[in-house]
Amino acid sequence: MNDLWLHPALILIAGAVLVPFIKGRARTVLLVLVPALAFGRVLSLEPGTHGVVRFLDWNLTFGRVDRLSQVFGYIMTLMCILGTFYALHVKEAANHVAAWFYVAGSLGAIYAGDYLTLFLFWELMAFSSVFLIWLRGRRQSVGVGFRYLLVHTVGGLILLCGIMLRYQATGGDLSFNLLDVAHPDLSTWLIMIGFILNAAVPPLHAWLPDAYGEATVTGSVFLCAFTTKTAVYALCRGCAGMDILVPLGVIMAIYGVVYAVLENDARKLLAYHIISQVGYMVAGVGLGTQMAINGACAHAFAHILYKGLLFMGTGSVLYMTGKSKFTELGGLYKKMPWAFVFTLVGGLSISAFPLFSGFVSKSMIVAAGFSEHRNTAAFCLMLASAGTFLHTGLKVPYFIWFGKNNCSPETYERAADPPWNMIVAMAVTSLLCIGIGCYTPFLYSKLPYPVEYHPYTAYHVSETLQILLFTAVGFFLFLKKLVPTPTISLDMDWFYRMSGRAVRWFARAPVQAADEWVSEFYRFTGLAGLMAWARASARFDWDAIDGVVDGFARGVRGTGDRLRHLQRNQLQANMFYAVVAIVLMVLTYVLI
Amino acid sequence: MIIQLIEFLQRHLKKVIVACWVLLALLVIGDALFVDKEHAHTAAEHWVGFWSVFGFLSCLVIIFVSKWYGHLGIMKSEDYYGDSDE
Repeated sequence: MNDLWLHPALILIAGAVLVPFIKGRARTVLLVLVPALAFGRVLSLEPGTHGVVRFLDWNLTFGRVDRLSQVFGYIMTLMCILGTFYALHVKEAANHVAAWFYVAGSLGAIYAGDYLTLFLFWELMAFSSVFLIWLRGRRQSVGVGFRYLLVHTVGGLILLCGIMLRYQATGGDLSFNLLDVAHPDLSTWLIMIGFILNAAVPPLHAWLPDAYGEATVTGSVFLCAFTTKTAVYALCRGCAGMDILVPLGVIMAIYGVVYAVLENDARKLLAYHIISQVGYMVAGVGLGTQMAINGACAHAFAHILYKGLLFMGTGSVLYMTGKSKFTELGGLYKKMPWAFVFTLVGGLSISAFPLFSGFVSKSMIVAAGFSEHRNTAAFCLMLASAGTFLHTGLKVPYFIWFGKNNCSPETYERAADPPWNMIVAMAVTSLLCIGIGCYTPFLYSKLPYPVEYHPYTAYHVSETLQILLFTAVGFFLFLKKLVPTPTISLDMDWFYRMSGRAVRWFARAPVQAADEWVSEFYRFTGLAGLMAWARASARFDWDAIDGVVDGFARGVRGTGDRLRHLQRNQLQANMFYAVVAIVLMVLTYVLI
Repeated sequence: MIIQLIEFLQRHLKKVIVACWVLLALLVIGDALFVDKEHAHTAAEHWVGFWSVFGFLSCLVIIFVSKWYGHLGIMKSEDYYGDSDE
């Protein structure tokens, strides 16, 4: 490195490498200390360009620090502190290692000043976060993880194609700045598609509910924060003002709400609401005005906290009872009252209730829409916000803590408020959600542009309360319609899941049939002559060759056998070690 | 503490419901009489209780459209993909 500039991601990577070797109380200290150090490092960053490294023909910029990257760096490391504290009780080191590498990837992407560095950390995020799914350890976790990885690999390749085309078109300029969104060429489209795949814009979104519903309890708390919001950052940086993002964002906002009505798994419901909420941010980026970009950043900031809180709340139910489906829960308020209160705070925050964080952030984007005279888009976003309260504010708390008690006796017996570290993490996150909603300068002073927006006008408060409270009327009047059913809803992943199945069928049916036919044909025509020849050569084989070869063959078979046992069932672990090794090699190469 | 509060509200459910209706009425009346609508974006927003109706109808639209969509064949049994064990 040509100047001694410590990247905050490096602190997390160093911490992640240490975690497996440190046990007991020292591990707890490390788990608290490392994210706090990374957060402190983000706070101490000076604006400017740092960490420029010459790599082959290119200058890689690891540290572009400005107001836009700082607001995201701040919230990502803050969430890392909260998420790690929530996971303090987790003994398995791999959980922490994967989570920290994942956050490091996000931070690396946020501070990247060029597309190559961005791409490097973009991929680090995908390859580390998949372990948060695999570590759940259920039979289906493996498949979900591979689907997640497959989709993100395709997205990464599209992004890389865009970067290469751009490199060619600009004559070697790789700096990561605002693209020419008014006259987009193929490279701009490809880069944009790479970004919106990670932001889960339909039809490229199905990986999100698939993965976040399946990840570990603590893994989902991380997953819900980093991938989509890093993509929002990248869109703010590269695609601000790209008009197509406005309709795409509005579609997202409503799409997520529709699927949330049908969803039976609480964490999948929350995942669909990520799509809905990120829709506001994507629409804000599409509007591209200073107020809209401020709104997108503010909403990303608030969203990371309240969505993390919601995943902590429902995660604690899953952790304590082993269940996350509404049809297997209900009536738990006596058993898990604190988890209920914190989840409710998250629900009120995401619903943009006055005095909660969503109120001061979401409204900024809607107001930016109205002030740009995009009334249809703004009204659609208002409609989606009714849906948000309907599900996250009402359906989730009602059908887990009240409603009909669908718990089996064992589930109800097991239910209780979670361990102290989970409670503390949820309490602090709740306080932050309320604090941001009550004291607006805390958030507004961090935004990229000066803020002239005042959320607490009589009109805005009255408007919001009317929408939300009359949505509640609708909820209670039509409660019977909303009772969850034990079903799943087909989504865009159907296409790749079914095409995978078609390939398997093809391999099994026609190919196997052809194979059998050929064998049969061979048996009838070639076998007799072959047998005679075989008998003759067998004698030679037994007498002469075996003696020599057997010893060697036994050796090879033994080695093969050992290798086979080493490989089997440990694919994930092997990939993990490979990825860690590659990352370390690249970092070493870059830094030295 | 939380449990006692919830059970207190449950014991007085009828009163709670009446209080909620009163609150809703006050909200609409207060909006009509006292709230400055100078910064409203469209003419419709000047109607009394516009956002109340908007909120209620949004809720109904979301519930019924989603359910209709779900019953078009989107909702399937949990074993549809054949990997739904615990």
